[in-house]
Amino acid sequence: MDTHMPPRQKLVVVGNGMAGMRTVDELLKRNPLKYDITVFGAEPHVNYDRIMLSSVLAGEKDLEQIVINPRSWYEENGIELITGDAVTAIDTQVRTVTSASGRVVAYDKVLLATGSRPIAPPVPGLDLPGVCAFRDIADVNTMIEASQTHKRAIVIGGGLLGLEAANGLLRRGMQVAVVHLMGTLMERQLDKAAAELLQRELDERGMNFFTNGQTEEIFGEGRVQGVRLADGREIPGDLVVLAIGIRPNIDLARAAGIAINRGIEVGDDMRTSVPDIYAVGECVEHRGKTYGLVAPLWDMAKVCADHLAREDATSDYVPAAMATRLKVTGIDVFSAGDFIGDETTEEVVFRDAARNTYKRLVLRDDKLVGAVLYGDAQDGGWYFQLLREDKPLGELRDTLIFGQAFASLAAGAPAADPTAAVAALPDEAEICGCNGVCKGKIMGAIAEHGLTTLEGVRARTKASASCGSCTPQVEQLLALSLGDSYAKPTGEKPLCKCTTHSHDQVRRAIADRELRTMPAVMSTLGWSTPDGCHVCRPALNFYLLVAWPGEYQDDQQSRFVNERNHANIQKDGTYSVVPRMWGGLTTADELRAIADVVDKYAIPTVKVTGGQRIDLLGVTREQLPHVWKDLNDAGMVSGHAYGKALRTVKTCVGSEWCRFGTQDSTGMGVKLERMTWGSWHAHKVKLAVSGCPRNCAEATIKDFGVVAVDSGWELHVGGNGGIHVRVTDLLAKVTTEEEVLEYCGAYLQLYREESRYLERTAPWIERVGLPHVKDRIVQDEAGRKALYAKFLYAQKFSQDDPWAERAPGKAAAAPFRTLATVE
Amino acid sequence: MDSVGIESRWVEVGAMDDIPRQGARVVATPRGDIAVFRTLDDAVFAVDDRCPHKGGPLSQGTVHGHAVTCPLHNWVIDLETGEACAPDEGCVTRIPVRVQDGRILLAMVA
Repeated sequence: MDTHMPPRQKLVVVGNGMAGMRTVDELLKRNPLKYDITVFGAEPHVNYDRIMLSSVLAGEKDLEQIVINPRSWYEENGIELITGDAVTAIDTQVRTVTSASGRVVAYDKVLLATGSRPIAPPVPGLDLPGVCAFRDIADVNTMIEASQTHKRAIVIGGGLLGLEAANGLLRRGMQVAVVHLMGTLMERQLDKAAAELLQRELDERGMNFFTNGQTEEIFGEGRVQGVRLADGREIPGDLVVLAIGIRPNIDLARAAGIAINRGIEVGDDMRTSVPDIYAVGECVEHRGKTYGLVAPLWDMAKVCADHLAREDATSDYVPAAMATRLKVTGIDVFSAGDFIGDETTEEVVFRDAARNTYKRLVLRDDKLVGAVLYGDAQDGGWYFQLLREDKPLGELRDTLIFGQAFASLAAGAPAADPTAAVAALPDEAEICGCNGVCKGKIMGAIAEHGLTTLEGVRARTKASASCGSCTPQVEQLLALSLGDSYAKPTGEKPLCKCTTHSHDQVRRAIADRELRTMPAVMSTLGWSTPDGCHVCRPALNFYLLVAWPGEYQDDQQSRFVNERNHANIQKDGTYSVVPRMWGGLTTADELRAIADVVDKYAIPTVKVTGGQRIDLLGVTREQLPHVWKDLNDAGMVSGHAYGKALRTVKTCVGSEWCRFGTQDSTGMGVKLERMTWGSWHAHKVKLAVSGCPRNCAEATIKDFGVVAVDSGWELHVGGNGGIHVRVTDLLAKVTTEEEVLEYCGAYLQLYREESRYLERTAPWIERVGLPHVKDRIVQDEAGRKALYAKFLYAQKFSQDDPWAERAPGKAAAAPFRTLATVE
Repeated sequence: MDSVGIESRWVEVGAMDDIPRQGARVVATPRGDIAVFRTLDDAVFAVDDRCPHKGGPLSQGTVHGHAVTCPLHNWVIDLETGEACAPDEGCVTRIPVRVQDGRILLAMVA
C-alpha cells in the first residue's frame, strides 16, 4: 500500500446539473483520488439532460431516457449526492457551505454550477396557476398535465426554447399561440429569410404567431385565462409558458462576496475572484459573455477539471464558434458562427423555393465564418467543421454551397462512398456537439466494447444520445468499423427499452416465424427483460390477438388497467362505467335501470358523453361487478368506453324522423355497431352515420364515417376529433347497406393489421397514404372480401360481454374483491 | 426472511393462488389499503397501495420483473426497494411478507 498518498481534499459542488456533473466527470478522468466530492442539487432529481426536455415534452422520449448520471454513477464514484437541498450560503472565511436544510459542509475547493433561471417579464399575473417556465422536469410535468386538461397554450418567446415548447404542446394536442417581442423568430440564431421560412412552416402546422408582441398582462381568475399585449390584442389561453430567456443564478455568489456582473465573473482558468472557488456553466460570465448553449459548457468543464486536478495546469477556456439546431421533428434548421456578417464579409446564398430549402454561407478572407441552413441541414456538421478549422477555402469555395458530397466529387474524390467523409476526419474531430464526443473516442469504444449498434454507442459514449443530429455520422463510423456487418436500423424506433426491434419488425416476426405466445416472441426476438414492461406487453398482446384470433389466449395481466378492469380509472382511483347504447338509442326501461343503479350505489356523477351514451362516474373497484350485473339484468352490456377498441357509433335520426334525412342512418348505425362491437384495435375507434350531408352525427371527424346521400352512402376514413382535428378522406361511395358493412369490416381489419399499437387511424393513413388504403379496400374486390371475412371470423371470439363474464360470484370477478381485511 | 419487530405480528391474508402471476390483490387495513403482488417468478411483495406521485392504486398497475407501473401516470416502482425509478423520485412503504405452505402472511403493526 502506498503510504505516501496525500489526504483527500474536500470538493463541494453547488449544482447538480449538466455543467457541474460534466466537470466532475472530467475531473474523475484526470484525477479520481484527489477529492472527496459532495454534490448539492436543488432539484429532487439526478443529473439529467436539460436539452432533451423538449423531446420529453413532445412525447419522443421519456424521463428515464434523458438521465445522464444515474444514482449508481454517484455511488460508483464515491460521490455524496444531496438532492432537493439548495445551498444557501458560502462562508469564504471559515470555508464552509450551508444548505437550506441547515447542513454545513467544510470545503477545500468549491465548484459553483448554479446554472440559470428563466427570465420573467415584468408583468402582472405571473403567479397565476397555469403559468410556468420551460426549465426543469417540474415545468414539463405542468405542461403535460395542462395539455391533458386544457386546450389553449400561449408561449411567450419565439426563440429556440419557446419554439421547442410550442412544438411540444402542439404535438400534445393543444392550440398554441406564440408571442414574440421581435419581428422575426429566433433572431439570435437565424437570419430573416430562414426565420420567415420557419414561421411559415410552423404556421402550417397550426401555430399562431403574434410577432412584435409585447406582453403587458397575464390575466385570469383562479387560473390563467389569457395574455394581453401592449397594442391591445388579447389572446385567450389556459396555459402560459415563459420562454423569453435565462439569467445566471448569481445570488449565492453575490452574498458570498464573489465578483459578479451579469454572471459570476471567471477568468480563462474558470476561477472566480475568491481563491479556491471555481464556476462553470450558465451561471458564469467570461470575458463579458454569458452562455446558454451546451457546447461551451463542455469546454469550460474540461478547463475547470484541468485546474481542479492539477495546481499547475495551464489550459485556458477560449470561446469557440457555436452552432445551434432546432429540435422540432421534421424541421431542419441549423446555424453556426457569425451568420449575419458585416461589410467585411461576403455571402453565398442558395434558395430552392419548391423544395423549401435555403442556405446562406458567410465568408471572410476566403474562410467560412458563418452558416444558416433551412430545410436541408445535413451538411451542417461539415460546415461547422470547416468553420472551426479556420483554413482558407481555396477551390472549395466554388462548390461549397452545394454541400460536402458535391464538393468532394468536384474535387476529384471517388464518388459517393458515404463513409469516406468521416473516414477522412482526424480522431480529434468532434462528432457529437451536445456531449463533446470526438471521432477517436467513438471508434475506440466500438473496438474496445465490440459495439454493433447505435444504441450501444450511445450508451458507452453518449454520442448521438442528446439531440440526435449527429446520428448519421455515428452510423457512418459504425459502418466504417464493422463494414458490411453493420446493419443499419430501419429508422423506426424500438418498440420499448426491452428490445431493439420496432413495432413493424415485431409484427412481421409474429407472422413469418409463427410466434403464438408472448414468451415465444420475447425469447425469439431476444427481449432484454424476463417479462417485458408496461409499454411492450399491451402491444404484444394486441399483435398476437390480431394475428391468431380464436387461438391466442388474451393475457389479462398484459392489459392496461382500464381494459383489465373493463372500466375507466379516474384520478382518485375510482372508475367510470358506460353501458352500450346501440347507435345512441335507449329506452325508458334502460334509463330506469340506470337511474336505479345510480341510486343504489350512490354514484356521484352522471354525465352524457359525446358518443351518445351515459357515463356513471365514481364507482369503486369493489362495486364494479355489482353495477355491471344490475345493468346486465336490464339488457345492457359493456360499452368498451375504456378500450383500445370499437367505442361508439354515433348517429342522427335520419329518414325515420328527420325531414331532410335521405336514408335510415340510425338503423345503419345500429347494424354497424352490432357488427363491430367488441373488436380490439391499436387505439380507440369511433364510427358515425349521418342521414344527409348536413352531417349532424359529425361523421367526417370519425375513424370511419358514413354520410347518406340520395343515391347511397359515402364512406369517409381517418378522421379525428378533439383539438388536433383531422377531417376524413373520402374512401368510396357505395349503394347498399351490405356494402357499407363490408367496406367497414375490411377497412377496420386492414387498420388493425397494419397499425402500430397506439396509432389511431388518422396517423396510420397519413403514414401509409390514402392511395394504399383505396388500393386494398376499393380497387381490390377479392382482397376486400378476404379482409372482411377475417374481420367477421375474429369477431366470433370477441363478442362476449366482458361484464357478464365478471358477474359477482364468478371466478373472473375475484380480482375486484378485496383479498382480506385486517382489523 | 424479513424480521418482525416486537410490536408486529404476522397476519395471514390469503393464498398464493388468490393472486395471478404478474398481478396483485388488495388487503384493507385501518391505515389504508396494501397491494400484495405476485411476480412472474412467484416472488411476493407488499407495499402501500398508493403511488408516491399522485396516490394511484399500484395494485391495479402492470407488473413486470420485480416492478409495477402505476396505472395513473406510468411511474415505475421497484417492489424490492419501494423506490420510484429514475428520474422520478419517491418511495412507497414496504410491508414485510412471508410465504408459508402457499399461504401469504403480512407483518402488521399490532
